[in-house]
This record gives sequence, C-alpha cells and structure tokens, in this order.
Amino acid sequence: MFWSVTQSLLDGFLTTFQIFLFTLLFSLPLGLILAFASMSRFRPLRYLVQVLVWIIRGTPLMLQLIIIFYGPGLWLGHNIWKGNETGRITATVVAFAINYAGYFSVIFRGGIEGVPAGQREAGEVLGMTKSQIFFQITLLQMVKRVVPPMSNEVITLVKDTSLARIIAAYELTFAGYSFMKSNGLTWPLFYTGVFYLIFVGALTLLFNYIERRLDYFK
Amino acid sequence: MAILEVRNIEKKFDSTMVLQDVSFSLEEGNALAIIGSSGSGKTTLLRCLNFLEMPDKGSIVVRGETLFDASMPRREQEKGLRTKRLHFGMVFQSFNLFPQYTALENVMLAEKLLAKEREDFKQNKKEIYAQIREHGEALLSQMGLADRMTHYPHQLSGGQQQRVAIARALALKPDVLCFDEPTSALDPELTGEVLKVIRGLAKQKTTMIIVTHEMAFARDVSDQLIFMDDGVIVEQGDPRQVIDHPKEERTKQFLTRYAQG
Repeated sequence: MFWSVTQSLLDGFLTTFQIFLFTLLFSLPLGLILAFASMSRFRPLRYLVQVLVWIIRGTPLMLQLIIIFYGPGLWLGHNIWKGNETGRITATVVAFAINYAGYFSVIFRGGIEGVPAGQREAGEVLGMTKSQIFFQITLLQMVKRVVPPMSNEVITLVKDTSLARIIAAYELTFAGYSFMKSNGLTWPLFYTGVFYLIFVGALTLLFNYIERRLDYFK
Repeated sequence: MAILEVRNIEKKFDSTMVLQDVSFSLEEGNALAIIGSSGSGKTTLLRCLNFLEMPDKGSIVVRGETLFDASMPRREQEKGLRTKRLHFGMVFQSFNLFPQYTALENVMLAEKLLAKEREDFKQNKKEIYAQIREHGEALLSQMGLADRMTHYPHQLSGGQQQRVAIARALALKPDVLCFDEPTSALDPELTGEVLKVIRGLAKQKTTMIIVTHEMAFARDVSDQLIFMDDGVIVEQGDPRQVIDHPKEERTKQFLTRYAQG
C-alpha cells in the first residue's frame, strides 16, 4: 500500500511541480513588465495596472481559477482548454501566472523604487543608456531587496497549487485526498504534508543560499 | 577660447525660480569654485551642466560646440544627450558608487560599456579590456587607492569612497569635472584626503567646477570664484579678491556669517 500511495503522490507532485515551475517562469517576467507599467509616466497605463492589481489581489485565486477554466467554454461555446490533464494544468498556470504577476509587480516596484535615485544619476552622467543602467546597476540591487519578500510568495505558491484541485487537476493534495475518499486512509494526508514540507524546505535552503550569495555588497 | 561658456541659464521648479540669468565662462585648465548658502542654486547649476536637469532658458557651449540651447526644440535638446553628458564628469556629495562592484569595477564600468560601441571591439576585445583595466588601475593609484582596488564600497571609508568616485568620473576624460560638495557627507577627519586629491588635480591643470563649503580650500585651489545667492550670481572674480575683499553687501554678509560658523 505504501508504495502505491508513494507512486500516486509522486504523480500528483509532478503536476504540482509543473504548475509551480511554469507559474514562476511566466509570472516573473510578467510581474516585471507590470512593475514598469505601474511606474509609467503615461497615466492611463498606470491606472490600468492599478485596477488590474486591485482585482487580482482583491478576489480569491480559486475564484479566478474557476472563471479562467470554465469561463471561455461558457462564453464562447467551446472550451479553449483541452479537456484532459494538460488542459487543466495549462488553465491553472494561466490563472496563477496572472495572479502571481500581480503580487510580484508590487514587490518589484518596491525593489526598484528602493534603489536610490543617485544610482541612476551616477549611471546617467557616465553616459549609460537606460537599459544599461537597469541591467548593470539597478537590477542586482533590486534583486537583493526583493529576495526576502519573494521567498514568502514563492513558498505560498507551493501551497496554492493545491487550489488546482477545484478544476480536478490531479495535483499533490488531490492525490493524497483520494486515498481518504476511496479507502478511508488518513495517513496519506500526512504523507502528502511531508512532500510539501520537503519541497518548501529545499526552497528555503535555496533562498538562504541566494541571500548569502548577495551578501557581498550592501 | 573658453572651454565652457554658460549663458543666461534659468531654471524653475514649478513656480520657484532656482536659477536666474546665470552666465560665466571657464578657461581650460582652470578651477572654478562656487560658494553660497544651501538653496542658492549651486547644486542645480551643476545638475544642469550634467543634464540631470534641463534648463528652461539659456545655453551651454563646450569648446565652441553648443551642447544645449533652450530655444531649440525639445527633441533636438535631448538628441545625443548621452554623448553630450560625456563632456562633463560629476562627483556627487553622496558618492553614489555602485555597491555591487569593486572599486576598480566602478571605475571601469562606463568605459567598458562605451568600448562595446567601438567598431573594432569584437576583434580587439582583449586588448581593449586590458587597456581599460590598466587605465582604471592607474587612476586608482593616482587617488592613493592602489591597495583598495578589489574592495567593495561598503568596505571603504567615506573618504576612500569619494576618491573612487573621483577616479570613476575621471575615467571618461571629461572636459570639465564637476564636484558637488564633495566633502559635505564626510566626517571632518576624512575631508583632508579628498581635498588633497582635488588639489592634486588642480595642479595637473584639470578643468574643474567645485561647489563647496570649504572656504579656505576654495580660496587656495580655485582660479576663479562665484558667489551665488537666491539663484543668481552675486559676485564673481579672483577667489582671493572675492573672499578677502568682497564688493557686494550680500557676499560680505555670507562670509561674515560663515566666519562666525
């Protein structure tokens, strides 16, 4: 029994991990773009992003996921997501990427605005272009500032992946829960928890490592 | 011919007049000191020269080339802003060193980025970088920092940081090097080492504009002195003349207040 539970949980974890990885892959750059848009000198764009972030942060992620997964099918008459596991994971990643990009954009904006104006000015008087200033000067200082709040968000994301169960994506929590439903077993639930704990533990170590690597400057 | 001609510069922030009809010229190899109380517009003037602020009126001419003319259309003014900036170097009050780079990397960064725009960069990358490194090391040695090249800014004292910043500004060989109160953020015991370096630059005939509160230093080191108050040049001329025998009432008042501390 233990091995078949392990096998199922590993299957579930694979889905969890995919959601996690692809969400980060898309939400990090999207968050940076939103961060820039929210600092734009063009007011309508700034307001648009503010409203977007308000909606993203103001409604439950689960609700957003339900709307993104079922909405297109109901409005357009045909489901844009494939009816299989891949389709459910894709829809989840889309909903999550948008949601997390909203949170990331606020963290990134804080990180960028936290870099003193004198840094940009020093770059300007040295004849650097805007993009050189961003990539050579601002970026790393911003990264250093955002690592602690980002580690919080990333760890939250690990556990938020369990929301994908609502659209029947077979992720880790779903996998553990199914043994309770069918066999009345509770220990797989704790075993499921161990999977999350190990994953989060590894991420914590990774973030500690990143923080230490960035410790060489102040 | 003067290396720098500043003509009738005017700058407003909202409705506050910060600079009004500021004109002066500077000869190559000369040092110009600008004194005046805080809020008199000295820093804004330097920021205008480095195009960190755009003047509302007036023009800036370097070696006969008009870099800025407020009567030109905005697009024309901002064209080639990057190259125009290279005529001026800037040393900030708060150093503004890049914390993630070592002293040497701070000095080399801009030169390396500019080198990438050279046509022969790809073929001669190694030699170009070697030259830049050599140049950077020479500048830091000149600043008395030969043994601090691989230190990060937070590992250096304020005086050392400011000397790195001076080396960084010199790296691009600007026509005019500007200092914005270079010792104001330093502990008193550290101002000496920075002033000494600036004095050395003056001896080598570096063209400089120095905004400072160090009156004795301004008097010794500069060839020309400007006293500013409320956004206008009240008095300018020979530094000894202006400081020891001011003509204008406002200059007298300022200097008396200053002498009393």
